[in-house]
Amino acid sequence: MVRFAGISKTYPAYRGKPGVNALQDIDFAIPRGSITGVIGRSGAGKSSLVRLINGLEKPTTGRVIVDGRDISALAGRELRLAQRSIGMIFQHFNLLSSRTAADNIALPLEIAGWAKADIKARVTDLLALVGIADKHDRYPSELSGGQKQRVGIARALATRPSVLLSDEATSALDPQTTRAILDLLANINRELGVTIVLITHEMSVVRQLAKEVVVLDAGHVVESGDVADIFTQPRHPITQSFLAEVIGDSLPVSLASRIVAEPSAGGQAVIRLQVRGAGAGDTLVARLARELGLDVSLLSARIDEIGGQPVGSLVLGIPFGMSSGEDAVTRTLAWLSQHQFPAERLGYVA
Amino acid sequence: MSPELINLIIQATFESLYMVGIAALLGTAFGLPLGVFLATSRKGELFAAPFVNRVLGIVVNATRSTPFIILVVAIIPFTRLIAGTSIGSSAAIVPLTIASAPFIARLVEAAIREVDGGLIETASSFGASPLQIVFKVLIPEALPGLLLALTLAVVSLLGYSAMVGAVGGGGLGDLGIRYGYQRFMPEMMLAVVVVLIALVQLVQSAGDYLARRVNRRLRHH
Repeated sequence: MVRFAGISKTYPAYRGKPGVNALQDIDFAIPRGSITGVIGRSGAGKSSLVRLINGLEKPTTGRVIVDGRDISALAGRELRLAQRSIGMIFQHFNLLSSRTAADNIALPLEIAGWAKADIKARVTDLLALVGIADKHDRYPSELSGGQKQRVGIARALATRPSVLLSDEATSALDPQTTRAILDLLANINRELGVTIVLITHEMSVVRQLAKEVVVLDAGHVVESGDVADIFTQPRHPITQSFLAEVIGDSLPVSLASRIVAEPSAGGQAVIRLQVRGAGAGDTLVARLARELGLDVSLLSARIDEIGGQPVGSLVLGIPFGMSSGEDAVTRTLAWLSQHQFPAERLGYVA
Repeated sequence: MSPELINLIIQATFESLYMVGIAALLGTAFGLPLGVFLATSRKGELFAAPFVNRVLGIVVNATRSTPFIILVVAIIPFTRLIAGTSIGSSAAIVPLTIASAPFIARLVEAAIREVDGGLIETASSFGASPLQIVFKVLIPEALPGLLLALTLAVVSLLGYSAMVGAVGGGGLGDLGIRYGYQRFMPEMMLAVVVVLIALVQLVQSAGDYLARRVNRRLRHH
């Protein structure tokens, strides 16, 4: 659907500012009908990447193929025609303050030269689709953030595009409204089959909506693929840091303050293990206790779901007697390693 | 005041309105496109033409820094070419237009530059041509600012129109100088000033009202 082939993007030095290599060696494809998240910290090149898809920017090298057409080679009228099949929504909505909700949605249709009657019918349908049929004659200044983004979505879909680009579309919204907008996007993807590309710095957006993910760092794609695969086996530090936003890698304060480096009689060894993917969580602690014959205690746990897969970490206390303790810890770590749970010893508590 | 004098004032008022009205129309006809171009032709902008932008900017600045009374005299041959004469209200429209067009252009430029750049990008993203962006995005979004700019231009033109009286342009300024000053008729001078104040108030109030009506940015209920 959208394919990047050998893309690089360099902004030349201008007025004393040095040149910037915004994107380098970008090669990946976005499948038709998918919801793909492009996640990265600010300055990673996300905005440049998305603007290559709809031809707002030209790559320095390489090609961007959208729907079988090299959009980076188009210009003028040809480019403008191609842009009608690519919708875009924005962080700050970018609605015209001088137009009502209906007239904002009508704008791309006017630009495409639709007849007045057709525009009217289409706008009515679109307002209903995004759930604000009653806001037809409202001006943007009279709408809430969520309602404004709904108008933005309706406007982006007006010309029946095959791709919808979302540039941090929920970053200016509160969590509840974000949820509603993401649900709306999921519906649109399901019902209209529109390929959605989500540019975001928020892990929660990728987690809730995307099936595919592209992790961008310093202008490079560092990982890409199925959301569950990427986040159950994060390889790159930046991916791990995004994952940590969801599952957290910090211990509860009271536990962290009790952990010491040396064991004490009658205490526990503290082991943290990562839960990644199917078959992981549910019976783990029970099986571990039964098979090793240990009174394992659960000190802390945080498990969430990414791409339908459980992802998280457990902190276990293993009973540590002075004579037999080291043996229990060794057996536990061996058992975890055998069952492919990455684990580490954090220390001891009394 | 005698009926003759009152008639003179009425006649002069219409002359002033005629000069200012036509000059404002023509000044806008030239100044609006010029201002839009100045606002959109720097490097990387919609109609990027940095060199032309700079040249036009210099011409606009030169015109605006020439004192109006000098401009009027300096372009008399040109005025004669266009209007057939250099005397009278119709002839005065030529220098008034030439003075107001660059002024309006700068005001238009400022109003257009106030429009959020994200809107230009948005319109581009769904395939709007540069002209569509101007007519469907920039001008409608800048309309409140444009109306205030035009109001300011009309008020300034009323002031300028009083000056063309000095070179036989007619109008209220001419009346004030000939009767009020040269014939020492303070009541005439006062009448002229009162009429001018009333006109400026009227224009400003109408402009403010219209600008408020089209401004949807901060409408509260």
